[in-house]
Amino acid sequence: MISAYYFGAIALILIGLYAVLVKKNLLKILVGLSIMETGVNLLLISIGYVSGKSAPILSEGITPSQAVDPIPQALVLTAIVIGVATTAMALSVAIILYEKYGTLNIEEIRRLRG
Amino acid sequence: MLKRALAIVAILIIGYWLAQGLSQVPFGQDKMLVSKYYLDHVKEQTGAVNAVTAVVVNYRGFDTLGEVTVLFIASTGVGALLWRKKRKRTAKTKGSVVLTTGSKLLFPFIMLFGMYIFIHGHLTPGGGFPGGATIATAFLLMYMAFTTYEISHKGFEVTEGFAGMGYVLVGLIGLAIGGYFLFDWIWQTWHLGTSNIGRLFSGGFIPVIYTIIGIKVGTELSGIIDNMLKEEVKE
Repeated sequence: MISAYYFGAIALILIGLYAVLVKKNLLKILVGLSIMETGVNLLLISIGYVSGKSAPILSEGITPSQAVDPIPQALVLTAIVIGVATTAMALSVAIILYEKYGTLNIEEIRRLRG
Repeated sequence: MLKRALAIVAILIIGYWLAQGLSQVPFGQDKMLVSKYYLDHVKEQTGAVNAVTAVVVNYRGFDTLGEVTVLFIASTGVGALLWRKKRKRTAKTKGSVVLTTGSKLLFPFIMLFGMYIFIHGHLTPGGGFPGGATIATAFLLMYMAFTTYEISHKGFEVTEGFAGMGYVLVGLIGLAIGGYFLFDWIWQTWHLGTSNIGRLFSGGFIPVIYTIIGIKVGTELSGIIDNMLKEEVKE
């Protein structure tokens, strides 16, 4: 069955891809990459979701048969942390580029490099 | 203009391909195999109520050690890329009275909330990574509000190093007691907290490891913030 998660995840991935392909400002490209990552995370999380069940926290009367799949959530937790790490690295590279060339426009950076 | 049109065409092709590929994935249906085992045995095997943190810290603890290492490498990389001989904060606009007073007032409460998140990782949603990020937010708030605020870089790095070593040490104690790395010695050998599952003092070494991870992530992200906000000063 086609659901809202399916369209949401694909739309987020495509919006991020559009920003990466079209935008010229390096920071906007990085924002696009983050949006793409969000889309992938949403896709993974929604694959693990089982309709009508609650979060996999087995307190207050929630039995194992009433909980959704915990493994995609654990893996997405890892993915989010790695995403933060890569974004921090990319941003520091952007800072260095700005210090060196005085601009964040990728076409001008390419031109200045010669 | 042409470039934008080409990008839209490419996106439509990729979007069609993605939609086609994912159209057979059943959303919202029960298709658990491994997780079924985890959900059925999580309480007696790990003592945690939150199955996600049990998977992250207990069943796949080695994976999380790698994740912490990646974060450490990223923070070291940011420090190395932005390294200059002399760096200082160069912000000039002072924060208003509302901002400075408000952030001073909120700072301890944000810290407390972050600690609450990582100490209760085995009971409620959250854990070491979100808790550490919350603590780093408190430091970011201080950086934004005060033009001269600085964390003590050395103290933070030492804390981070000790937290990282603490994680490995917990794993090595497990190796010595139970025979494999990251064996849950508090729960499976000492049987601490078997009678109060679902309360704070349970969950084996999950609260211990998540406290370590929370401290490590908090100091690391604060270090990244510090590195990014300082600029080189010419002499």
